[in-house]
Amino acid sequence: MKLNEKYLKYFLTAFASFIPFLLALYFIAIGKDSLLAFQKFGISFFLGSTWNPPREIFQVFPEIMGTLVSSAIALLISLPVSIGLAIFLSEFCPRRFSDFLGSIVELLAAVPSVVYGFWGLAVFVPYFLYPVENFLKENLSFIPLLSSNDGITGYNMLSSGVVLAIMIMPIMSSVCRESFLYVPSSLREAAYALGATKSEVIRKAVIGYAKQGIAASVFLGFGRALGETMAVTMIIGNALQFSYSLLMPSQTLASLIANQYAEAIGEIAISSVIAAGFTLLVISFIINFAARIILRRMRLRGSELI
Amino acid sequence: MMLVKEEQDKKKGELSYLNGEIIRVEGLNAWYGKNHVLKDINISINSNCVTAIIGPSGCGKSTFIRCLNRLHELVPDARVEGKVLLDGVNIYDEGIDPTEIRRRIGMVFQKPNPFPNMSVKDNVLAGLKFSGMKDRKKLDEVLRSCLEKAFLWDEVKDKLDLSGASLSGGQQQRLCIARALAVEPEVLLMDEPCSALDPTATAKIEELIISLKREYTVVVVTHNMQQASRVADYTAFMYLGKIIEYDKTTKLFENPREELTERYITGKFG
Amino acid sequence: MIKRKIYDKLFLFFSVAAFLVAVVPLFSIIAYVVSNGLSVINLSFLTEDPSATGVGGGIANSIVGSFVTVAIASLVGIPIGIAAGAYISEFRSERYSRVVRFVSDVLLGVPSIVTGILVYSLVVLSLHTFSALAGGIALGLIMVPIVTITTAESMAFVPNSIREAAYALGIRRIRVVAIVISNAKGGILSGILLALARASGETAPLLMTALGSQLPFSGLLKPVNTLTLFIFNSATSGNPPLVSQAWGASLVLLLIVLGISLGVRFIAKGRYRYL
Ligand SMILES: Nc1ncnc2c1ncn2[C@@H]1O[C@H](COP(=O)(O)OP(=O)(O)OP(=O)(O)O)[C@@H](O)[C@H]1O
Ligand SMILES: [Mg+2]
Repeated sequence: MKLNEKYLKYFLTAFASFIPFLLALYFIAIGKDSLLAFQKFGISFFLGSTWNPPREIFQVFPEIMGTLVSSAIALLISLPVSIGLAIFLSEFCPRRFSDFLGSIVELLAAVPSVVYGFWGLAVFVPYFLYPVENFLKENLSFIPLLSSNDGITGYNMLSSGVVLAIMIMPIMSSVCRESFLYVPSSLREAAYALGATKSEVIRKAVIGYAKQGIAASVFLGFGRALGETMAVTMIIGNALQFSYSLLMPSQTLASLIANQYAEAIGEIAISSVIAAGFTLLVISFIINFAARIILRRMRLRGSELI
Repeated sequence: MMLVKEEQDKKKGELSYLNGEIIRVEGLNAWYGKNHVLKDINISINSNCVTAIIGPSGCGKSTFIRCLNRLHELVPDARVEGKVLLDGVNIYDEGIDPTEIRRRIGMVFQKPNPFPNMSVKDNVLAGLKFSGMKDRKKLDEVLRSCLEKAFLWDEVKDKLDLSGASLSGGQQQRLCIARALAVEPEVLLMDEPCSALDPTATAKIEELIISLKREYTVVVVTHNMQQASRVADYTAFMYLGKIIEYDKTTKLFENPREELTERYITGKFG
Repeated sequence: MIKRKIYDKLFLFFSVAAFLVAVVPLFSIIAYVVSNGLSVINLSFLTEDPSATGVGGGIANSIVGSFVTVAIASLVGIPIGIAAGAYISEFRSERYSRVVRFVSDVLLGVPSIVTGILVYSLVVLSLHTFSALAGGIALGLIMVPIVTITTAESMAFVPNSIREAAYALGIRRIRVVAIVISNAKGGILSGILLALARASGETAPLLMTALGSQLPFSGLLKPVNTLTLFIFNSATSGNPPLVSQAWGASLVLLLIVLGISLGVRFIAKGRYRYL
């Protein structure tokens, strides 16, 4: 190899190495600054429920739960809608419209999350979700998840889950649709040839074949929901105390960080906010790592990027 | 008619006696990973001749000519051993710059592969421009002379700024030949240059190959035995990674030494 | 048989319903942003800085801040992304290249607020100030994996015959890579635009890096407002004139971001539809 060639390789490798370096940096730099909080609170940082800046007690159990629960609500709502939408676009809609409508749905993914949050805060929650939730509260409050002692405001866990569902729907349905498009047409034809009806073809041949793609969309959607900050911060009500009811204000790790970083004064408070970020990093890393292992085997061409 | 052909044959013969060898291959072995595809190849190629390589699919023809201009080593896990002497110098010697070798030994591929994002003109001049040649007058001269040598000038002289991909398949292949000629190689390797083309385009390329040997040495891989007998002065028959027989084309086709060769050219191959 | 037919109809109904559920919010968002935003936008809204009282005036400082932070982000994200993507694609037979590819996929999933924290702890704490620079770096780190992956994908899409043709002409590898990049430029450009759209719409990582400001833009090492920070702070202020300004800023932001995204689709023309 000529010198010149070696230099090219070194040059590109150096730039490329920035990427593993960046991943390491996330863990090392954020981990280092979290150390103080982890040392002071130990395991109770994760398992305790108090976040009290004046008393310098910082624990994030409610926020971990809030992160997981709001993302789970989002998935529960978004998954059937995304699959249905993907089926509509890939199986029922003529190809020309399907690409056009698919693009429109993907454009939704480009809407900034602060705009989603604003719309949720000013329009969707007061005019749509609040009346619905009020109805649920009036009639179903015997269910602990929907109970509430006082009146509700609409700014709570359930609402932020619903808005998150709307936000992750484009990526989930795009991934589903892409994996439906990969289903070989011979498979569809074979199923029709056996006398299957359209719904049977879709359920057995299409969804059966694209199971991996659907699983990938779940991981990707969950990963997005976990880390979403702005819309959640604007809608979840930002309560520091833990509540079993989905109709009560709550908090996620991301919204905690967004709310507390400005008020964090003193080493331990700053370290605790950063430690909340470290916790979020680890959770999303695990989800993403799993998603990538699955995705790698299926070679999507980029619908995950939107 | 007959007479003309005989005269041509005689000329071919004479030429080859006049010319010295330009490439000598000694003990060449090549691998893809663990797959040993060229086994102890020894051959010497005469300058200003057309040498054809024939043989069944997968016998290693492409691999062989890709070893002659050091393209083989670009395939991941590929390996070469042995010597290829170009004018007496081993191109695999330490310290030899493969890009230098590739300029002296040009190549044309099976499927025409003009750079799709470059104009006809930029395609022809790509080799020169990307090596830093800036002299506009020289570039224009090279453009015209190479397109003329490739029998393409008349067809594209008004389309020089169109995309290379907008030409017909046969034109694209001749464009690739012009592009290879522009870097002034001594040897031109062609890997089944007509297999993607129709008969008319094929005839044009064959005519071109014969005319090229005045200035260049041509090594052409082909599946088509008629083609080999039409264009080549010498022919090598390869089988399972070995050269079975190598001789003057007329001799090899009319009176092969080896039984394998005979079976292959008579189509009695199992 | 009748049961199967009903099943078919149910499926159709279900999928059409899903489609409606999915697109109604889009139209609702766009309708509200456009109708509330249009009445606010005029020349002075776009060209004036906020008034000293905090209410009234325009959003010029936020527009400038968005451009400045995204420009810094581009300086960070685009060169690293293209070089890393070129490495992944052109050295793809190497093990390390697959590692880099995998890690960029993982980075794509790091929540953007965590990137904000990283830059807070590396840049803000060491410069002792929130700044446009820190905000730009945070957005740049978010762009890196997007540009890397789209570059790698679109370069890998360039057929090998192009590389062989170039090598066979005795062109050096560095130039061969340049030829491959130029053959992939549609896809690379789409990737850059996608990353720009993402960076322009980010808010969370700017909270603890750029911070936001009422003042006109006054330098890279000062806190700076961006459109997204302005929208967030005004929307949650509970102050009606500010809230309506937030609608105006949302419309400006939406036009920028959707404009870029439509540009991607236009350039990509189907083949790079997703990129
Ligand atoms: N890139 C590669 N990686 C691994 N093995 C290869 C590669 N290219 C060729 N081979 C193997 O090397 C052997 C020789 O291939 P080669 O392409 O040289 O044959 P060929 O004579 O040119 O065939 P054809 O007439 O079909 O072009 C074949 O068995 C093939 O399977
Ligand atoms: Mg071959």
